[in-house]
Amino acid sequence: MLNLPILPILICLPLLGLLFILLSPDNDDFAEQAKRSALWTSVSNFLLSLYLPLNFDKSIPHFQFVNSFDWFNSENLKFSLGIDGISMPFIILSTFLILICIIYLYPQKKKSMRMYLASFILLESFLIGTFSAIDLFSFYIFFESILIPMYIIIGFWGGERRIYSAYKFFLYTLLGSVLMLVAIIFLYQEFGTTSIPRLLDYSLPFYIQVWLWLAFFSSFAVKIPMWPFHTWLPDAHVEAPTEGSVILAGILLKLGGYGFIRFNLSILPDASIFFTPFIYFLSVIAIVYTSFIALVQEDMKKLIAYSSVAHMGFVTLGIFSANMQGLQGAIIQMISHGIISGALFFSIGSIYNRYKTKEIDFFSGLGNKMPKFSVFFLIFSLGSIGFPGTSGFVGEYLTLMSVFSKNTLVAFLSATGVILAAAYMLLLYKKVFLGEVNTNTEKQSSRLNIQENTTFAVLVLIIFIIGIKPNLILDYTSTSLERIIELYPISIF
Amino acid sequence: MFFLSIFLPLLSFFICVSLKDFFKSQQLSFISCSLLFMASVCSLLSLIGLKIEEEKVIILGNWISSGSLDLNWAIQLNLLTGSMVLMVNFVSTLIHIYSVGYMNKDPKNILFMGYIGLFTFFMLFLVSSSNLVQLFLGWEGVGLTSYLLIGFWNYKDSANKAALKAFIANRVGDFGLLLALFSIFIIFGTLNINEIMVLVNSHVDTYFEFLGARIHAITLICILLFVGCMGKSAQFGLHVWLPDAMEGPTPVSALIHAATMVTAGVFLLIIMSPLLEASSFSRDFILIIGSITCLFASSVAIFQNDIKRIIAYSTCSQLGYMFMAIGASAYSAAYFHLLSHAFFKALLFLGAGCVIHSMSDEQNIKKMGGLFNKIPLTYFTMLIGSFSLLGLPFFSGYYSKDIIIELLYLSESKFSFYFFLASVLGVLFTSIYSVRLLIYVFHGKSNSDEKVIAHIHESPMIMIIPLVILSSFAVFFGMFSQSFFFGSDHLDNWSQLMHINKKVDEFYIYENVPTLFRKLPLIMIVIGSSMCFLLYFSFRKSVLPFFKVNFSWIFSFFKNKWYIDELYEKLILRPTIYLGKGFWKSIDKDLIDNLGPDGISRVIQSFSLVVSRLQSGYLYHYVLSVVIGLTLLISLYNYIF
Repeated sequence: MLNLPILPILICLPLLGLLFILLSPDNDDFAEQAKRSALWTSVSNFLLSLYLPLNFDKSIPHFQFVNSFDWFNSENLKFSLGIDGISMPFIILSTFLILICIIYLYPQKKKSMRMYLASFILLESFLIGTFSAIDLFSFYIFFESILIPMYIIIGFWGGERRIYSAYKFFLYTLLGSVLMLVAIIFLYQEFGTTSIPRLLDYSLPFYIQVWLWLAFFSSFAVKIPMWPFHTWLPDAHVEAPTEGSVILAGILLKLGGYGFIRFNLSILPDASIFFTPFIYFLSVIAIVYTSFIALVQEDMKKLIAYSSVAHMGFVTLGIFSANMQGLQGAIIQMISHGIISGALFFSIGSIYNRYKTKEIDFFSGLGNKMPKFSVFFLIFSLGSIGFPGTSGFVGEYLTLMSVFSKNTLVAFLSATGVILAAAYMLLLYKKVFLGEVNTNTEKQSSRLNIQENTTFAVLVLIIFIIGIKPNLILDYTSTSLERIIELYPISIF
Repeated sequence: MFFLSIFLPLLSFFICVSLKDFFKSQQLSFISCSLLFMASVCSLLSLIGLKIEEEKVIILGNWISSGSLDLNWAIQLNLLTGSMVLMVNFVSTLIHIYSVGYMNKDPKNILFMGYIGLFTFFMLFLVSSSNLVQLFLGWEGVGLTSYLLIGFWNYKDSANKAALKAFIANRVGDFGLLLALFSIFIIFGTLNINEIMVLVNSHVDTYFEFLGARIHAITLICILLFVGCMGKSAQFGLHVWLPDAMEGPTPVSALIHAATMVTAGVFLLIIMSPLLEASSFSRDFILIIGSITCLFASSVAIFQNDIKRIIAYSTCSQLGYMFMAIGASAYSAAYFHLLSHAFFKALLFLGAGCVIHSMSDEQNIKKMGGLFNKIPLTYFTMLIGSFSLLGLPFFSGYYSKDIIIELLYLSESKFSFYFFLASVLGVLFTSIYSVRLLIYVFHGKSNSDEKVIAHIHESPMIMIIPLVILSSFAVFFGMFSQSFFFGSDHLDNWSQLMHINKKVDEFYIYENVPTLFRKLPLIMIVIGSSMCFLLYFSFRKSVLPFFKVNFSWIFSFFKNKWYIDELYEKLILRPTIYLGKGFWKSIDKDLIDNLGPDGISRVIQSFSLVVSRLQSGYLYHYVLSVVIGLTLLISLYNYIF
């Protein structure tokens, strides 16, 4: 095995690409040049990130590809990177989705395209940093930095109420994170280290765990988002540009779930057990309540946004049932939701680019105008409702099954989400794609361009690959998760 | 070989969908039909090559392994799955051929062929899977293709609505099935069908905490499984989608909503029969629901005017019979009726398709009449189908249905006699609606436009041939295979695959059911059909209008299908929408946003407004505040020290 400092490379390469993009003049004539640099950067970063699974040792539960750098000249506060089986899939997901975004963006025109691309490339670097940080402090820095490009993307390229949404997004997430910073500082004071692998070996008294748990929870619950901290999400999605929504739903929400596994569950297991009923309660509400809301939405993006909250409800259920099926289900559910909701937002973006509206009642019979597109959309919808054979099923099935073994009532209530999901997704499909073509829909007619076709085809392929062979991902995660589960006290819930 | 018989229909789907722009529709239809034919031949060969009591499992790869859960992609071949695969492939082949003629003028006909190929694949996958999650895939898959095919003519709003309704009603059932899978995994630790069967005996006395109550584990599993079956097999309560599903093209109704998909629930309970045997409560439950469905559907069928809806309700009631058989522990009888029903019901639907085809897409039986000499071949085959459905002696339905009725009489249930009576009453209703259908469609005066009458013609040969083949099965299948299912020497073969009460064979039934009761169904047929003849021929002018005027509430009650759709609309649909809107507008927007981010920002805004107002610029304001501040400070100082 070549001893490549792969993680620093993955983080720095986008920064290098960023330099190239910013060097090109801010002028529409040079947008092509910027696009090309962005594409090359994301392609090479994606290919490089594939180095991780190829050289990953599945039998080691500890962090691999570890690199540490001195930062404050302190032995205990280092800038360290490393990944284990839990973070690896998310890094691949990030590089992949950014690449797909750039491809999708390629034929489009936007005001100051250069900066738009630059924000995404910057975002990629931060995302990889967040998922590969194994030091609380560097984690926090990356975690917060993500807000900046995202805030700009929503606030600058968004829709009409973009400023309100961008502020709401920013303040919500920032407020949660401030408490996390307090918790991190407390941990450093207490143990003199912020290194995650080392923190795993310490055990804290229960009453401290509870407070720390709440601090971390406040940050991740907003991010994922859990009910009742979810109201920023529909607004942010509706106003965000297509690619922004894709990244927001595809990766940013997963930071919450990742954080829950990495911190709340691993470092604060006793408090996690204490709060499990609380999490169950919020998750069930999230699933049922937001599914009901999704049923009556008038805006396509809002519908998908609410459905995201419901899907993330399954993730939190799975994580806090804290057994193998639950955790693996949660991870698969996050990856799969990243792909599927990304795909759905791309689809809605394609509709929006043609008709300049996302209102559901505006359309009828779109399937007759764009038959191929309607097939893609149907497949994405099926993935979203957890049709067996697609990736969505594996996550839902595993998480629900693990919850069922802990608490049948919770499983029973959240399984109704399966029915409701079918109702709102197929209702959407019926209203927009089926029926006779109305005059609104008649107006525009343009086929999918090559970039859209590739994007959708690749996403469909991945949905089915994960659905048919989820072990491709599950195998990587099992040893790392086993370690967490071993350390986890036996829960009664 | 067996692998091919399952995956060839999938190949047909891919060929049809991907090559539809490159080849002529005739070529593709031919390819798809021949692929299905090959699949049928393969399944026949694999069944012949199978030794009795042998079982083959073909593992295709692993699917999900997570902790103690380990699922494979695997198909299994035994007498039960093999024969079911053969039946599905066979009926599907005939319907493929029929569709070539029926969908001839439709611009999307190749897509249609592709979809029914995909459906066939999912159905085969369901039937042959060796673990329950894979079965669930097939289960959802047939639901999906049914959704696609009901809504095939998606310019019709009614078709889209029906498709959505079907999918969601099925999902309600799937919800039960999903919970059943979870509880099976919790209790047995495996989802492999064969392993579960081995473990049943060791868990007979297990109890399980479900929703706060301690419930007998196997009873819980059985009830949840049955909820799944209620959705898919349109049992009372979740039956609402089946009549509406008739919006789809007729071959779809024949294949999916008569012969194969709706029987999936019966099939599932048959392979799970050892579980059911461990729980008498769930069997009683199944008996009750089955008999309600049977009576409900057959009574409603009498008052319907749409030819396809009548047959749909008939399917519903026949499924009720199958479930009653299961409730009475007569699993082989249920399976026997499943197979024979597949033939004669597919025949009836295809015949109805021919009628609709010849009447220029008219489906109302009141507007038909006198067709018997204009389309004699169709008439003849429909007659055979109806006779078989009625259970006239020597037709398939006679063997399969009568044995269910007799076994109901013999069942262990406390109320077995009442269930027996219900089933006999069902026969009466069946004979009334079948004869009524035949009279309205084929006899009497024609009630349609002259234009339509001038256009009446026999369907092309490609549609008639499947009818003829199916009618030969509707006649002879029961006669020849009855001993294979109930002969005392064959009971051993089946007992490997399902629970068989070995005591009950032909002779036992013959000896223990009184002759009168054995003849009762036949008597009912005679009463029912003679009533029909009298009503619709002799007293058509006098009695019928009298009833319609004086007992109109009865008519409207049955015509409106016991008002169940309206009930659901009021109890479920509208509250759901209200709830959704309420959650969204009043909780999300008014409560959370108002108290949360918007509220905080409002507070900050008004606070800063107050603060900024203090900076008024007038000297006496400042002086006043200085004086008040000083006074407060000094008094505070005095208070503390």
